[in-house]
Amino acid sequence: MAAHIQPSGIADKGIAGETAPPPVRRSRRLGSAFEIALLALLAVVMLFPVLWMLETALKDTRDIYAVPAKLINFGPTLDHIKDVFSADSPVFSGFKNSVIVATASTIIATVLGVPAAWAYSRFQIPAKKDQLFFILSTRFMPPVVVVIPVFLMYRDLALLDTLQGLVLVYAAFNLPFTIWMMKGFIDELPAEYEEAAMLDGYSRFEAFWRVTMPLLIPGIAATAVFALIFSWNEFVFSIFLITDPDTRTAPAAIAGLIGGTTIDWGLVAASAMVFALPVLLFAFLVRKHLVAGVTLGAVRR
Amino acid sequence: MAEVLVKRLRKEFPDGTVAVEELDLAIADGELFVMLGPSGCGKTTTLRCVAGLEEETSGQIVIGDEVVSGLRPSQRDIAMVFQFYALYPHLSVRDNLAFPLRAAKRPAAEVDERVNEAARMLRLEPFLDRRPGKLSGGEQQRVALGRAMVRHPKAFLMDEPLTNLDAELRADMRAELKHVQQRLSSTMIYVTHDQTEAMALGDRIAIMNKGRLEQLGAPMEVYDRPATLFAARFIGSPPMNLIEAEVTNGHLTAAGGLTIAAPEGIQRGERVIAGVRPESFTVSDPASDPDGARGRVASREALGDETIYVVETEAGLLNVRMPPTARFGEDQVVTVRHRGSAPPVYDPQTERLVGR
Repeated sequence: MAAHIQPSGIADKGIAGETAPPPVRRSRRLGSAFEIALLALLAVVMLFPVLWMLETALKDTRDIYAVPAKLINFGPTLDHIKDVFSADSPVFSGFKNSVIVATASTIIATVLGVPAAWAYSRFQIPAKKDQLFFILSTRFMPPVVVVIPVFLMYRDLALLDTLQGLVLVYAAFNLPFTIWMMKGFIDELPAEYEEAAMLDGYSRFEAFWRVTMPLLIPGIAATAVFALIFSWNEFVFSIFLITDPDTRTAPAAIAGLIGGTTIDWGLVAASAMVFALPVLLFAFLVRKHLVAGVTLGAVRR
Repeated sequence: MAEVLVKRLRKEFPDGTVAVEELDLAIADGELFVMLGPSGCGKTTTLRCVAGLEEETSGQIVIGDEVVSGLRPSQRDIAMVFQFYALYPHLSVRDNLAFPLRAAKRPAAEVDERVNEAARMLRLEPFLDRRPGKLSGGEQQRVALGRAMVRHPKAFLMDEPLTNLDAELRADMRAELKHVQQRLSSTMIYVTHDQTEAMALGDRIAIMNKGRLEQLGAPMEVYDRPATLFAARFIGSPPMNLIEAEVTNGHLTAAGGLTIAAPEGIQRGERVIAGVRPESFTVSDPASDPDGARGRVASREALGDETIYVVETEAGLLNVRMPPTARFGEDQVVTVRHRGSAPPVYDPQTERLVGR
């Protein structure tokens, strides 16, 4: 496993326990050829559904049903992708709603969660550990378990079929996560920066705002992307709490495409591709911080 | 600039540990006051209480003629230099220096003028547009000092500011710090665990242990007459020799026939611990001085300007500081003799200074 942590060849020879001689070159090359073949096979198996989806999205409707399947020699088209964004598209409003819900819930969770994490990290709070455990414990419950009580509450509060309702649930689910992840980032940041700012003439909160906040931006970005991905992908609440086609989110809308008398597989595949794109893009943009965030505490100062 | 008074300060943390028992300090205007002690002695906690970063459990802190207890750090008009400097990593050196002035909402022209003044004084002009991360340790240290200076605060608080520098740079910065402090004639409270630093810098030194004040005095006072055995062990390198001795006719006698001049005011027959500095002993060849206490050279460190001998005698291992002209080899049999005036002596029970 050490190879994943440290590039091979850089490893210290002197470290206790690592006394095994380096492998002979030829066997190593053979081994790596075998590894590459195995990993390639694994990659194909793992990525096949995604590749198939991408192909289907780009295939002519006739070629989608072709038997045997046309792997390469299909008639390429962008019609399905155009259909996703067309005026009478059944999924377009879903995408619009998903953007609204994911953005709003992420903003709420971040605005509430970052100051909360700061307070938990910096101040002496009675029963701090218990409070933090309680906050985390709200994430132990699978969504399916809480969806029925939430449904009943929402019915009484007239929040069913509304985007506000969904924003609220997602924010509530993202808040514990935001607090925990941000607390890790803030713990890493020496409190001396804030203390210096306080002695330089700012109040505690100003010190947080002027000194700690700018240094936390990478952490906040990583946390927000996680929250965004959760809200974007969430399916259970969306399908239970919203039945109105005008307010449902993209996952529910895409799922709704399947189950009619005829299924437009091209549109399903194209919608799925469009749906997957933002997540991949965001994850790529903040990949460095994502890893740092996941390992909580491995951030370089 | 202002004087700083610490009155009956006590600090107890919520987990029950008492960091400062009961401390009274009066730091004069323009004084460079050093608080010295091992880690956990309460020196940093005291400093943080003065700064307002910790709230005192009881007692009072006065800066100038204002009781600052309960005031926020920003309302106390003091500046602090931290052990890890705490330079704002996202700001340039110029913005770091300007930070306290902007916090005080001073006009831009004044900010520029003060920043340039501090940069000139600390030779930071070439680095003004760099980020702190691109500076060496010594440069970062100077920026931290500059940031503390620009606002002309009532007092400077320094929390082990030189600990993170390498030895050579530390000596340079020590001189620079003292120079700046004298030039600004500012009140400065300086916390350190390094006794050399304390001796070199302090107008007065407060030696602390376990939340209490062990001794307060000018560096040479503390060096010559440590008030307690703790202070005696802490100041001086190599440390003071602490030798059990008995008062006999007119002098102190330790095991092996080692005789030491006795101070006045102690009873004959009394058992005491004498604190003898390494430079108050001499080693010589038994041939030229057959009467001294016999010993064997256990180790020697030739430091160039002086040589430190550790001599094994019946009174224990003795540190002896000799000029480099003395040449004794390891394992050589030598005689040790005390010279000069009477050393401070301590009561073995109370561990405090007795006699005059």
